[in-house]
Amino acid sequence: MSQSVAPLAVRPAGGRRAAAVRRWGVSYALLTPALVLFGLFVLWPLVQAVRISLTNSTGIGTADFVGLQNYTRMVGDPSFWRAAGNTGLLALVSVPTSIAAGFGIALLLRDRLPARGIFRALFLAPYVISGVVVAMAGRWIFDENVGIVDRTLSGWGLPAPDWQSGGTAAAVSVFVMLFWARTGLVVVLYLSALQGIDGDLLEAAELDGASRWQRIRFVSWPLLRPTTFFVTVLMVIEVFQVFDVVRVMTGGGPAGATDILVTYAYTQGFQARRQGYGSAIGVVVFLVILLATLLWWRIQARSEEES
Amino acid sequence: MSTSTRTHDLRVQRSATTTARGPARRWPRFVVVLVLALVWVFPLYWMVVTALSSRADLVAGRVSLLPHGVDLGGFRRALTDFPVLQWLQNSFAIAVVAVVITIVVDVTAGYVLAKHRFPGRSVVFFLILATLMIPIQTLLIPQFDLVNDLGWINSYWAVIVPRSAEAFGVFLARQYFLSLPDELLEAAQLDGAGQFRTLWSIVLPLSRPLIAVLLVMTFMYRWNEFAWPLVALRDPDLYTLPVGLSFLQGQYTTDYPALMAGALVSILPVLVLFGVAQRQFVAGISRSGLK
Repeated sequence: MSQSVAPLAVRPAGGRRAAAVRRWGVSYALLTPALVLFGLFVLWPLVQAVRISLTNSTGIGTADFVGLQNYTRMVGDPSFWRAAGNTGLLALVSVPTSIAAGFGIALLLRDRLPARGIFRALFLAPYVISGVVVAMAGRWIFDENVGIVDRTLSGWGLPAPDWQSGGTAAAVSVFVMLFWARTGLVVVLYLSALQGIDGDLLEAAELDGASRWQRIRFVSWPLLRPTTFFVTVLMVIEVFQVFDVVRVMTGGGPAGATDILVTYAYTQGFQARRQGYGSAIGVVVFLVILLATLLWWRIQARSEEES
Repeated sequence: MSTSTRTHDLRVQRSATTTARGPARRWPRFVVVLVLALVWVFPLYWMVVTALSSRADLVAGRVSLLPHGVDLGGFRRALTDFPVLQWLQNSFAIAVVAVVITIVVDVTAGYVLAKHRFPGRSVVFFLILATLMIPIQTLLIPQFDLVNDLGWINSYWAVIVPRSAEAFGVFLARQYFLSLPDELLEAAQLDGAGQFRTLWSIVLPLSRPLIAVLLVMTFMYRWNEFAWPLVALRDPDLYTLPVGLSFLQGQYTTDYPALMAGALVSILPVLVLFGVAQRQFVAGISRSGLK
């Protein structure tokens, strides 16, 4: 537990209470920049987002209170459900694949290996690149006419998928670029967790005759449960917030095939100028993330009680 | 005692066997990692090859794994036909100022939340941490209205200030300061240093690793940010690189050499910074994973 760093010297007149209040004043003075920034630019806009979601605001002129109309509209909006389905599907596919691949690469990099540091940097590199550039690279690589993927495939006599005009192919190309951009983070997180595992445990298991696979399955993997929990939540939150890659690579198209909730909220709020509806979608995304996080907390608390 | 000697013996035994068969077992794994890494960097390599190709080669489908000589036309067009240099300058100005503000906020708030006791501390900490869960898209519209009311639209401040509230940085700073011994701070106060003086001359010099991590991560976030600058900036001359590139991408899809050249120019600063400070960056990410 951290202690206060109150001066131990005897205070002059004013008494202990006044001294304490003065000390709290210093604490809040130091906190002022943070309080102003978070309060004014994050928490207050969150309240405003809820308020706007209950209006028919277009961003121009006055807006009327419409109650839950934006939310009921969502229920009957097929485009919203498609975006929601795409978001869910992306989470279901991309979170497990990134975790599996990231864990596998981390295992390969764990033990002594020539140039390990360079490899680690190489795998992490796509993560530090902006989503816009990832999307630009994706557009070029998956270009239907001159892209390397289609050219290579047709060179081998294989059919070239229509990455830009076919819904499924476009979704696959977006998934591949997101996988490329994000898995490096999983590698680094698992790598540092693996290095924290007591080597004696693994050696003892090896001497007891456990195979390499068994040591991973029954020693390392269970010990990494907190990391796996953390990575899962991080990746789920990120999937719900992927904006730049989708927006720049496909713009949500063709025909909404790659639209996800945040790109749909943006199109509705800023291009169709339905600010109320766009805000309502944003609020729903926030609630989903909140729920997922609370659920994660509960599961983790329970698993800690058990162990 | 007996168990520790036993594990010690095992370790000796094991290292003896490892040296005997180690290198032989390591090579297949090295090859696997190498192949994976080559696949992994391919998109980046392909961007470089494309940026160095001529438009004629590209249209004729002559861009291959090894570039046909070096054509700097893509870079020239990116820098002269498009305002890439202006966008680079905007991105730098915004990122540098934002990094300074964010570090000041993160360090002061993290320190106070870790080392001061005052009423409302846990509420403040919880509220800041909770903002991590708010997607930026939920806030775009009200943030835009607010910045508009403040008269900041079409200025650097519109991009810098609202996104300086960086909960992850405050959290990282707090975790860092929790490990700082209280005795040290108490000693400083006994020597007559006030709160601000303690922060400035005792805490700050001890925060170099933390500041390095915050610097790299904040610069990267601000440099790469897309959604908010897209909304907050209307004048193309004020665009940051990601926003500018996203518009070029839409308009000049045939000039891939210039587009890739522009993209490479935009990732170079962050790649260099990441390369120099890779250790700190990884330490910062890993630390967040532990807690």
